[in-house]
Formats: sequence, structure tokens, C-alpha cells
Amino acid sequence: MNFLLEIGAEEIPDHMIDPALDYLKTECSRLLRVEPRVAATPRRLVVRAEGVIEREPDSEELVTGPSVTAPPPAVAGFAKKLGVTVEQLGRTSAAKGEYYSFVKKVPGRVMRDVIAASLAELILKTPFPKTMYWAGKGSERFIRPIRWIVALLGGDIVPVTIAHVAASNLSSGHRTLGQKWFPVAYEDYEQKLLDNFVILSADDRYKRIRECPVHYVCDRPLLRTLTNITEYPTPIVGRFDEEFLTLPKEVLSTVMRYHQKYLSVESKDGTLQPEFVAVMNLDADRDGLIRRGHERVLRARFNDARFFWNTDQKKPLPERVADLAHVTFQAKLGSYLDKTRRMQALVTELGGDAHSIRAAELSKTDLTTELVKEFTELQGVVGGLYARAQGEPEEVAKAIYEHYKPVSMEDSIPVTHAGRIVAIADKLDTLRGCFQIGLIPSGSKDPFALRRAAQGIVKTIVESGMALDLKRLLANDAKLEEFLLDRARYYFRDIRGFKYDEVNAVFASGWSDLADAEKRLQAIQTVRPTPDFEPLAASFKRISNILKQAQFASDAKVNPDLLERGPEADLYSQYLKTLHATKGADYVTALETIAALRPFVDLFFDKVLVNAKDEQVRANRLALLSSMRREFSTIADFSEIVTISQETNA
Amino acid sequence: MYSFQDVIFRLKQYWAQRGCIIQEPFDIEVGAGTGAPETFLRVLGPKPYSVAYVQPSRRPADGRYGENPNRLYKHSQLQVILKPAPDDVIDLYLGSLAAIGIDLTKHDIKLEEDNWEAPTLGAWGVGWQVMLDGLEITQFTYFQQVGGIDLDLVPAEITYGLERLTAFLQLRDSVYDIEWAPGVTYGDVRLADELQYSVYNFELADVDTLWKLFGLHEGEAQRLLGMYAKYPHKQRFPVLPAYDHVLKCSHLFNTLDARGAISVTERVGVIARVRKLAVGISAAWVDQQYGAEAA
Repeated sequence: MNFLLEIGAEEIPDHMIDPALDYLKTECSRLLRVEPRVAATPRRLVVRAEGVIEREPDSEELVTGPSVTAPPPAVAGFAKKLGVTVEQLGRTSAAKGEYYSFVKKVPGRVMRDVIAASLAELILKTPFPKTMYWAGKGSERFIRPIRWIVALLGGDIVPVTIAHVAASNLSSGHRTLGQKWFPVAYEDYEQKLLDNFVILSADDRYKRIRECPVHYVCDRPLLRTLTNITEYPTPIVGRFDEEFLTLPKEVLSTVMRYHQKYLSVESKDGTLQPEFVAVMNLDADRDGLIRRGHERVLRARFNDARFFWNTDQKKPLPERVADLAHVTFQAKLGSYLDKTRRMQALVTELGGDAHSIRAAELSKTDLTTELVKEFTELQGVVGGLYARAQGEPEEVAKAIYEHYKPVSMEDSIPVTHAGRIVAIADKLDTLRGCFQIGLIPSGSKDPFALRRAAQGIVKTIVESGMALDLKRLLANDAKLEEFLLDRARYYFRDIRGFKYDEVNAVFASGWSDLADAEKRLQAIQTVRPTPDFEPLAASFKRISNILKQAQFASDAKVNPDLLERGPEADLYSQYLKTLHATKGADYVTALETIAALRPFVDLFFDKVLVNAKDEQVRANRLALLSSMRREFSTIADFSEIVTISQETNA
Repeated sequence: MYSFQDVIFRLKQYWAQRGCIIQEPFDIEVGAGTGAPETFLRVLGPKPYSVAYVQPSRRPADGRYGENPNRLYKHSQLQVILKPAPDDVIDLYLGSLAAIGIDLTKHDIKLEEDNWEAPTLGAWGVGWQVMLDGLEITQFTYFQQVGGIDLDLVPAEITYGLERLTAFLQLRDSVYDIEWAPGVTYGDVRLADELQYSVYNFELADVDTLWKLFGLHEGEAQRLLGMYAKYPHKQRFPVLPAYDHVLKCSHLFNTLDARGAISVTERVGVIARVRKLAVGISAAWVDQQYGAEAA
């Protein structure tokens, strides 16, 4: 049988549509026992499936009753409850003894009933970040009011009611172009919608938006939003006065992007053109009124931006530093002026030059400008643009401009050294302060975006190859260290794709200098496929275990006189050679050299008994192993590497 | 072409024909039509109520000395409350746009997510901003909670920005150029207030005096609220006058804010003070009007 579900709602926020569809797909697949197709527009969430069975298959259920030693009335009672005679009962063995039992035939339910019984609850459990009720206190909750439901199974209506709305076969079209309440069936559903100016497929809507006469900047998140806020999208091209091009591109595109959901138009060389693309929820702009309307709105927005820009110039950034005393960063952490001073100190500590310190001083002043108050997403960028316009050195302007970067793991790190230093100082200060006053992220709660800040620091340090002693910068805060360590692990594993044991091995030998950790990781990755490496790693694991068992913790020197000729003395001399060869070598060479120890180690373990009877000899052998582990674990702790042979060797 | 006043006449007419009581503006300063008791108090409790009124809304921080073509210290909202919201409320709303001459097959209309929250009123709701050819012309909200109380009946609040809407209809770039009545512009009628109130709010308002006034109104509202529990004849109790004082507090807070006299840290505290009063008023009102009915 075919199944069609259309949940007709008032406009669902665009970013909630895809998660809702994912949920519906999973849950309906469980309910229908076939893989459904899902689709949506802002006003409908749709599930379709083919080949739904009419009835569940019959099943059997084993019912266990009283023990075989139970008095006869109890047994008779059990049989009676099942509607059978005592003779028809079987027996089942369990851990505690034998029991009477019966295999009950359970007839499969009719799917229509199964669906009708759970569909309403399934729909209402759709996870949305913020739900509402509309049919009176205590009534059903959903993202927006549900106004109709189409629920058809094999052509028949599935009886489902939500907040007084009973399922039917009537759907509704585009708000202004379509009809209301026309009958649909599984087969003609999509076509009927199209006849009523609703394009059900998001891909088709997306294609319509892409069919545009001018070349606009392909802003995927925005295109996605536009696809999900329209039922019948049509792009139109508008123009704005070229005089606005004197405003920075960042400001213009932000106004278009965030405030109007317009796509900006650029020439091939990236120059902004005095044009924009708006996407209507309509088939055509019949009299050109819509284009003119959008142009008028944009003109007003640009005029505002220009007004703010000009007003802000009257008070240059340096004069705004003092005003930051009135802008609270966080109640317990003081104002943005306090933060600025802390950032300046941090920049100095990080070895920043005069330009970096100046950039840190001015970095937050744009928070007092009208333009940033209006377009908060431009903080930093506006500061940088103003600094440039007001004659600050280019290094300073650029550093301010990019000090919020990277805003995500996908975003790039600041380009300039000063920008990186200020970016790290800013994030570090936020992290240190918040941890100090107990604002530590837990679960999904992270109001100060500390995870992002920590990841930003890790990414910036590693990708710029900056040599920093991160631990020292974390102000001896154990929780903060753990937090950063966790983010660093995440970065190397999930973003960079290193194996978890490689990260563990390298971090065990130190992680405070992240740029160095990255080099060691790359070396491990290079050397790992060579034949000697993993067996050697397994040997190191063995060494670790032996030392642990012997509770050997001294850093006693090896006494060459006590060495037995043969494998033991050979290992020692090879150890010394390796030690010499690895001094000052690059990590890959060092690792290859260490890996070449493998036959010597193998032979040692093969022929030499560490637990020698002679106490002195034993201690000397442990000292040899311990020295090896100590000296050769500066790149990575090999015993952390998970090897196939590890289990047997250990 | 419809003048500013034509738009108001037509919208009032439209909603009157659909069962709304037409009220006149509330006569104490409010930041939005929501603050007027016709909305704030009437949405509480189980009694249906539908009303429409123009509410001049004062937002001191939005003043621009009459120099910005789109921003006003005092703008006019047409506030419509439909309690409970009928199932076809959005169609009714779209019908009102047709009533002022907007052909929706020739315009791009979108409902974009915009949830509403008024911390000083302990109120929130979910809804949309209605975009007409890229211009936000209406805020549409389904109230969920007011004065910290879950609502029995969910009302739809439809708030039209009348200046913007008229500027749209008249193809004007500046609100001051819109025609209020034949031959009279908006600027003729209102420019002087915009300038003078901006000067007052940003430059000349005496901060100490405003704080004193705030304290006096707060004190009076608190004094009254404190009497409610033991007051014998509940129906006679002046909840409405007490609410007037709360609105005064709210407006004084906004003025102090525009004057730059409230730090971010203080803000939170002052908002909490006003909110506490608003919550007290709502509870008293519900008890007085509905008693045991609204358990």
C-alpha cells in the first residue's frame, strides 16, 4: 500500500525543517517498516512510502507461568487465563527450575490501526528547539500551528486528530497563488501541489533559484535558507545606486545577506556590482513592483549604514577606548576596557610587537560604534575598516579586522602574525576568565562559546606553526588545561584525521607546544607503515609493563660492566648509537632510527631474562629498559600505539 | 493613493467587520501596543476578546532628531488582538492587506521566523515578521506567556508598522514625506516632536529626576500591590491604576537607557524590578477578574 502524510503547518522556521525531516524519516521507517521519502516546504512536512504491508505478520509469544512444582489450582488458573487446558501447556526450563509455559499465537495487527494509533504521537514528538501551543492551555505543542493533515494509506484516510484537526485528503496550495482545500491522492500529490504553485522538492526549488540571469555569489547557507522559506521561488535582479559602492564591500554584503537575504553580485575579479538578487515566493514580478520594492528597502538600509559610517568617523577609535569602561564584558570579569587591558598584557606575553599591542588596544572599540550596534555580525571587521580609514598602520587595521577568526572549524585563521596573536589573546582571556569564575561549559550549554574559542586557539597555533608553551598560558588552571587538551584531541582526530592512538602517543610525550605536537604526529604517521615500527611499539608496551610490574622508577644509569655479552650488550651499544644518531635529527629520521632498534630488542627479549636471579644484574637490565623508554619517548610514547600483536606480547 | 489616515481608517474598518472592538490609543507612554492594558491584561484569563487600536509607541533610544528617514522616537502601531486566534488568522491578516490596496499576486510576501519577548512584561510568544517585498511591515505573534502566566487562550497579536506600511503604499523613501491627509505630510505633523524629544531624551533629561520618578512610580505600584491580598472588595481594587505606574516605570527606564544612564549590569536589575511589578499586576488581575475560574 502507498502511504502519504502531509503535516500542514503555518510557516516553519527554515533551519528547523531538515532536522524535522530526519526525525520523521527515521520514525516513519520504524512505523511503516519500509523506507519512506521525505520532503518539505515551509508550510508542509511530507512523508511518502510505497509497499506498506496491510497487516503485520502473525507472531508467537512465549508466556511463562507457575513452576512445575506449583499446586494444581495455580496451574489451572494459568491455563484458564490463556483459555487453554492444562494439558495444552508446555514446559520451559529457566535458571531457577522448570516452569509451565504456553506459546501464544499473536495475530498481526492491521497496519492502518497501527499507524492510526501512533501517528499523532509520532508527529508531536518531532524535536524542535522551541515549541508552542495554539489550541488553548495544555493542548498539543508543535513548532507552529498545524492547520491540516493529509494522512492516506492505500487511498483511505488514516484517522488521526491533532488539536482538533482531523486528517483528510484535502491539501492547500501556495498562500496567494494556490487553491485551498483540494483533494489529493498518493499518485497525483506532487502534481496537484505544482498546479497550486507549490514545488515540493527542495532540489527543484534550489534549481529554480539557480536559474538566474546574473552571476551571484554562491552563498550556500543563504541559498539553503531561501530554498526553505519559499514554496515557489523565483529570483529577481535589482540594482542599487553606484554611489553606495564607496562603502566597504563587507558592510554592503552584510546588509544584503543578513538583513535582506539578498545574494550579492560580483564581477569575475571579485568586485561588488551595484546589483543584487532577491528570491520571491511567487511565480513572477508581473508589474515590476516587487523589484522596485526590494530596491527601495535596500536603499533605505544602505542609507542607514552610510549614516552610521559617517557618524562613527566623528569619534576615532582611540578616543573610544575609555568608553569601553561602560560596556560590560561579563559582570564578574568587568568591562571591555578591563578585557582590553588584559589582552594587551597577554599580547606582550605572547611576544607581540608594538602593532599587535596597538591592535589589541583598539580591537574592542568598535563595540561602541553605531554600525556595530546595528550590524553586530560585523564586529572586528568594522574596527579594522575604521582603523584603516583613520590612518592606523595597515598591520594594526588588519589585526583588528581578523581577530575574531576563526569563527568556526571551517573558517581560516588570521593571515597576519599580529592578527593571530590578538586572536589568541582575545580567546585566551575569555577562556581564562570564564573558567576562573566557574562558567565552564557543560553538555550543550556553552553561552560564551568557549569550545569554539578553544578550538580557535588550537587551530590558529597549529596552522600558523607558532611555538607557544600553551600550558604556561593557561594560568595553572587544571580544568582549563583538560578542556584545551580535549579540544586539541578533537582537532587532531576529527578535523585533521590522525588516529586516536597516534594522538595519545604524541600527547603523552607532551602537548603544550601544539605546533611541535603536529610535527611529531606527522612523523608518526609517516613512519608507522614501515615494517619495524609497530613491532617496536609492541616492544615498548612490553617494556612499560615490565617496568610497571617491577615498580621500577629509578633513573639509574646502566652499568656496562654488568652487561652480559651477546644480545644484552648488543642492545646497549645499539641504544647508545641510536641515542647519538637521534640527537638533533628531524622527527622522521629519529623515528626511523629508533624503529631500527627492533631486531635488537626482539633478540634481547628472546634470549635474556630480565628477572635475573642476581639482584644487581636484574636492576641493571631494568635500568637499560628504563633508559630506552625515557630517551626514546620524547617524540611519542610508543606504548600508546595500538598494534595487532599487542595483545599477545603484553 | 491612500493617505496615512486612510490606511488607519481602512484597517480599523476591516477588523471591526471581523468582530474587533475598536479602541482608542492608551493615554500613557508605552513602547509598543502590547503594553497597553487592552493587550497586556485582556489576553490573560479564559475570556475571548478581540480588539484593534492604533497605539503611538514611544522608544526614546530610537529617536534620530527627525534626521533619519526611517527611524522614529514615536511611531504608530495598529495593534490587533484576536483571542483566541481563529484557525484562518493568517488569511484574515492577508485580507487586511488587500483591504488597503495590496494585490498579493503582485507582491512578494513571506513570513519569516521572529519570536518575540518582552522581559519587562514577563511575556513571550512565537511568530514571524511579515516581509512585503523585503520590507518588514508586521509583527505577528502567538502569545504564550504574559506576566509570567501561561495563557488560557492563545491570542494572535498582529502589529502593523503604520508609517512603513504607508511609505510602502505611497512609494516614499522617507516617512516624513508620506501624506498624512491630502496636502499634509507626516513631517508637517510630527517633525517637531521628533526633534524635541530626541533633544530631551539624549541631552537634556535630568537623570536624577528620572530616577526619582522611577522610584516614586515603583513605590506606588508596590504599595498598591502589597494591599491587594487583604483588600476586602476585590472588584473595587485599583489594579488598573497600579498598572499605570508600572508603565510609567517602563517608559522612564527606556528614557534613562537612551540617556545612557544605565550600565549593562544595572540594566538586568532594573528590568527585573519592572518585571516583578508586571508579574504582580498580572496575577492580581487574573485573580480579580476570574478568581477561582483561573486556578
